[in-house]
Amino acid sequence: MAMLHTVNKSPFERRTLDSALRHAVKGSGILLIEDGVYAAFDGTVVSEKVKAALADHKIYVLGPDVNARGMTEKNVIDGLEIVDYGGFVDLVTEYDKVQAWL
Amino acid sequence: MKLSILVNEGPYQHQAADSAIQFTKAALEKGHDIFRVFFYNDGVNNGTRFGVPPQDDRNITEQWTALAKEHNLDLVVCIAAAQRRGILDENEAKRQGKDGNNIADGFRISGLGQLIEAGIQSERTVIFGD
Amino acid sequence: MAEPEPWEDDEPEGPVRKFMYVNRRAPYGTIYALESLEVVLIAAAFEQDVTLVFMDDGVYQIKKEQNTDAIGVKNFSPTYRALEGYDVEKLYVERESLESRGLTTDDLIVPVQVIDKDQVAELMEEQEVILSF
Repeated sequence: MAMLHTVNKSPFERRTLDSALRHAVKGSGILLIEDGVYAAFDGTVVSEKVKAALADHKIYVLGPDVNARGMTEKNVIDGLEIVDYGGFVDLVTEYDKVQAWL
Repeated sequence: MKLSILVNEGPYQHQAADSAIQFTKAALEKGHDIFRVFFYNDGVNNGTRFGVPPQDDRNITEQWTALAKEHNLDLVVCIAAAQRRGILDENEAKRQGKDGNNIADGFRISGLGQLIEAGIQSERTVIFGD
Repeated sequence: MAEPEPWEDDEPEGPVRKFMYVNRRAPYGTIYALESLEVVLIAAAFEQDVTLVFMDDGVYQIKKEQNTDAIGVKNFSPTYRALEGYDVEKLYVERESLESRGLTTDDLIVPVQVIDKDQVAELMEEQEVILSF
């Protein structure tokens, strides 16, 4: 039973990404949406933490929110999967349940 | 799949309402069944018909109303949260002695039990908040 | 064995699902703590399998001796003591969240079970519906 964790706040504003990562068991998925997508970009002080998390989790980022914030897939950390809203829906149905870290 | 959505923030102030709308649209496009969209906390403010956002930008309440109409969605505004924040339908206005009501088309006011029921009856409950 | 009388048949009608309420926010600074508690109370009537977990700043929700007179806001912390009467008994507090805030269970208004973050994670995995505000 794998859980999808959604994180919607910037890792620089709030500690929800940290909380989510501390409680996401191996094999669970993390989806970054809204301001949460700022955790998806390479070259920041949280990039290494996110890369390390890839060892235990699939990490997804919502493309529309990436583009809205002036970034593209070139900025996204290697190994993160970019999805659109359709992909978001698919993730919700593929994982057994969803937890929103607000 | 049967999905329910919980919206905890009002329109414009946070992206939650927009994200919820985009998610809901995508889910419907994929043929999923939306059991209920429940509005709690400031989310009840999605349900006022008196919003007049700038013409060149989206009207979130009207987006919900249109979605509800097209897909027969059940948009439920929590009565307790609505009372706190002044979202009323005609009945509530009468009951509370208020001189007007503001609920938007397609929304209905009901109890928190509707959220629990949504959680019980749906296969997934997706939350959008702050 | 005789059929139970209608009044003896205590089983809730319909499915019973495992609901978890995740409380991560401090009280008063925002309304989430209060309105989350209101959901739990209303939800009690549905006789689901309910677990409350207090973690991060959520542990502050159940801190003793809240005196809200001077901020002009209603002190709702006594309501947590009513939860038992509503058959909501599975209250968990995350150890790391307590300790990092310099708190112990002596500081809390209700009896809780203290578990560490890995146990919280396991508990979350067992749930069917997770509500956060």
